Amino acid sequence: MESVLIYGAINSVTFALTAIGFSLVYGVSRIPNFAHGAIYVLVGFLTWSLVNDLNLNYGLSIVISLTIASVVGLAIYQFVLIRLRGMPTSEIIASFAVSLIILEGLRLQGIGGFKGFIGPNYMLRPFFDGKIAIFNVFVDYQRLIVVGAGVVLAVGMWFFTHRTKIGLSLRAIAQDEQAAMMLGINSDRAAMISMAIGSALAGLAAVIILPLGNVTAEAGYHVLVYALAVCIIGGLGSWAGTFLAAFLVGFAMKVSTYMFGALWESVVLVGTIILVLLIKPSGLLGKQKELEERV
Amino acid sequence: MPSQDQRKKRLDRSINVRSTGLYALSSWREMTYLLAPRLLLIVGLLVLPLVLDHYWQRVLCTAGVFAILALSFDFLAEYVGLVCLGGALFIGFGGYAAGLLNEYLGLPPVVTIPLAAVIGACLSTLVIMPCLRLRGIYFAIITFMLPLFARNVIIALSLFGSTEGITGLDTLPNIWVEQYVIVIAVLVILFALRRFASEDVGLIMMAVKDNDRAVLASGISIFRYRVLAVFIAALMGCFAGAYLTHLYGWLGLSLFAMDFSILPIAATVMGGMGTLVGPVIGALILSPLSEALRGLGQLRVVLYCLLLLLFILYKPEGLMNFLERKYHQFERLEKV
Amino acid sequence: MAADTLLDVRGVSKKFGGVQAVRDVGFTLNQGQVMGVIGPNGAGKTTLVNLVTGFVKPDDGRILYKGKNIAGMAPNKIANLGIVRTFQVMRPYHSLPTYKNLIVPLNSPRVRKATAGKLGDLDSVAIDILEEIGFERDARVPYKIAGSLPLGYQKRLELARCIALRPEIILCDEVFSGLSMSEISSMIPLLEKFVIEGMTLIMVEHRLRELFRVADKVLVMNFGEKIAEGPPQEVMKQDNVKAAYIGGDRSK
Repeated sequence: MESVLIYGAINSVTFALTAIGFSLVYGVSRIPNFAHGAIYVLVGFLTWSLVNDLNLNYGLSIVISLTIASVVGLAIYQFVLIRLRGMPTSEIIASFAVSLIILEGLRLQGIGGFKGFIGPNYMLRPFFDGKIAIFNVFVDYQRLIVVGAGVVLAVGMWFFTHRTKIGLSLRAIAQDEQAAMMLGINSDRAAMISMAIGSALAGLAAVIILPLGNVTAEAGYHVLVYALAVCIIGGLGSWAGTFLAAFLVGFAMKVSTYMFGALWESVVLVGTIILVLLIKPSGLLGKQKELEERV
Repeated sequence: MPSQDQRKKRLDRSINVRSTGLYALSSWREMTYLLAPRLLLIVGLLVLPLVLDHYWQRVLCTAGVFAILALSFDFLAEYVGLVCLGGALFIGFGGYAAGLLNEYLGLPPVVTIPLAAVIGACLSTLVIMPCLRLRGIYFAIITFMLPLFARNVIIALSLFGSTEGITGLDTLPNIWVEQYVIVIAVLVILFALRRFASEDVGLIMMAVKDNDRAVLASGISIFRYRVLAVFIAALMGCFAGAYLTHLYGWLGLSLFAMDFSILPIAATVMGGMGTLVGPVIGALILSPLSEALRGLGQLRVVLYCLLLLLFILYKPEGLMNFLERKYHQFERLEKV
Repeated sequence: MAADTLLDVRGVSKKFGGVQAVRDVGFTLNQGQVMGVIGPNGAGKTTLVNLVTGFVKPDDGRILYKGKNIAGMAPNKIANLGIVRTFQVMRPYHSLPTYKNLIVPLNSPRVRKATAGKLGDLDSVAIDILEEIGFERDARVPYKIAGSLPLGYQKRLELARCIALRPEIILCDEVFSGLSMSEISSMIPLLEKFVIEGMTLIMVEHRLRELFRVADKVLVMNFGEKIAEGPPQEVMKQDNVKAAYIGGDRSK
């Protein structure tokens, strides 16, 4: 029973970590960044390369990778998304195309001597090895770091969006873009900042979670889908909703594993989404009104 | 490029003006002007199987499947306003339905294909219904996720042969049947959709896309028409999926592959959204291209995504719109 | 409640975020009446229209139409019951000819039921309706692309869209706005014709003089509340109405 609680918590925080980057970007700029999963994986491989091929310090590699992730996010916005603002379909298709280019590109073989990242051999070292027993359940230190990071992130985000000038302006744009613009907040810059931060968050999630397993390009698609699922359940555009949904889904999945076996996890996820859509279509804390309610 | 004191001016070609409405019947030249593109398409597609060699005939079959998927995407996106990013769902449901009917009930392809199209369409519509009341972006995201979820559920519950799939299903009689079934299907669907758009029902769907509040205020239930539109698109997609199962003689999780969702979208964007013909042409170009580049491995995905990106950013109107414009109008620079 | 009270609105309220758009508004309307809804900008007039026609769900209150509470019903259901509205910002279905715009309402369940499917060729019915509204058939106006019509015609097209449903109540949202004096003068007989044919009108308007030529009674709103209701001339004499439009008396 305790293991369900503990693993549920860990699972929830994992979901929250992966989804928050996407939710931030969408909340501020209404852009669904389908390249989210690709950036996650990119950071994973980048860190691996820096550590293994260039023998850099682990911590330094992480910092460099996250910086590169932000730059990539900015580049995606500046060169692709900025021309498509306001056309959500095109934004989705374009960002997904970028995602495919990155993910499939990482799997290329034989182009200019580049050996693709194929196979399960890429692993990031956990920050601390070893386990610890909590309530009779053995938990890796790394998983504790995941939870810790999640908590720090949640608090940090609250602090950022409620107390810092940049964060407040992002929140303003998220609530009412036109009003914020009238107050002098630059919508484009806000979108750029949100993309940079969102990408960094995706990367952060990657370096914290990937040490628990191995790094594969496949994961990019899964991460995107999970992030989308969590954001939809929580309500697109609501940051608190994302956290709430992450907890709901995280626990639901582990509870179902406990009761029915691991295979039912995906079924539970799909079921939850459909259920939420039927009952409260805009998501748990979603503020998007239904079609008919637009005035 | 126009300079400061010049601007581009577009004029209708004189033959275009001469062939509007009834006047088109006034001479053979005008009639040819109107009919030639359409005839070219029809005759071209019908003749294609005869001139290709065996390998490319096979490619034509899969190209046809992608063409149908592209048609369903274009129909939903431009005529109804619903962006469905999960074409693979239709292929998967239709394909599995056909395969299962064939395997467990022993029905022949002639029966399973139409039946699977209907069953798959009903199932797809049911699954998609909950998100029809929402803003477009929810619909887009959910439909994107659905094929992946379907795949996961099948693996999770070990249904229908799970990762191995089911082999040994009936295939279509011979290569000629295979090709002509799909070519005729593409042509029929293309012209049926065109016709549908001018029927009252099609009109209402386009009105929903244009101004849904006015449609609501006119007493029409938007939800019902959207469900109908999804059903029609699903019917096409599931037909294509069922065809695919009997083309290869087996079914498996690859029916839910993302390729089926992405390539039709790329084909539609490149071919020209809204033209219906454009997506078909786009599919007929991209699909063989994808085949030809198969040797490059993952690079082909990278390449056609790059192509897609370039089209979205720099030529969003697509090929067909561009060609149509050139056919009907010409441009010249004019002093301001 | 008199025998022919068609619409009875009681205590309707709606809040958007922090703004109370409509607060506890109520009125009654008899069949064949023309009621104007006036008030300064932001008074909640359009919200009231949205509430009655189902585009916005009220937080509170009841809307009784022929005795049945329609508050919160879906807009298309309300339209099918006979309450239709025009839109202030019109976007006719852009690239279609004008008469095709009417195909949509002619396909509604209300029309289908009323004509028992015996309407025949919808296109010619649409053109007939347009002619009634004043589109000159000879000048091929009904065949023009809807987006290219001048404003007066577009407003009439909105009304045509409403008429096609054979409604009982039409809510006109600023139908006179943007029109010239002569255009309004030619539209008024049309509205009077509707009333003679048995329809009831609610008109949200800013052009008071023109409105008062047709209105039997007037509802004045300000800051979401009803501040007056009654025949036009009486209502305009009230101090609170004058204050709402012109501002308070500074000498006090």
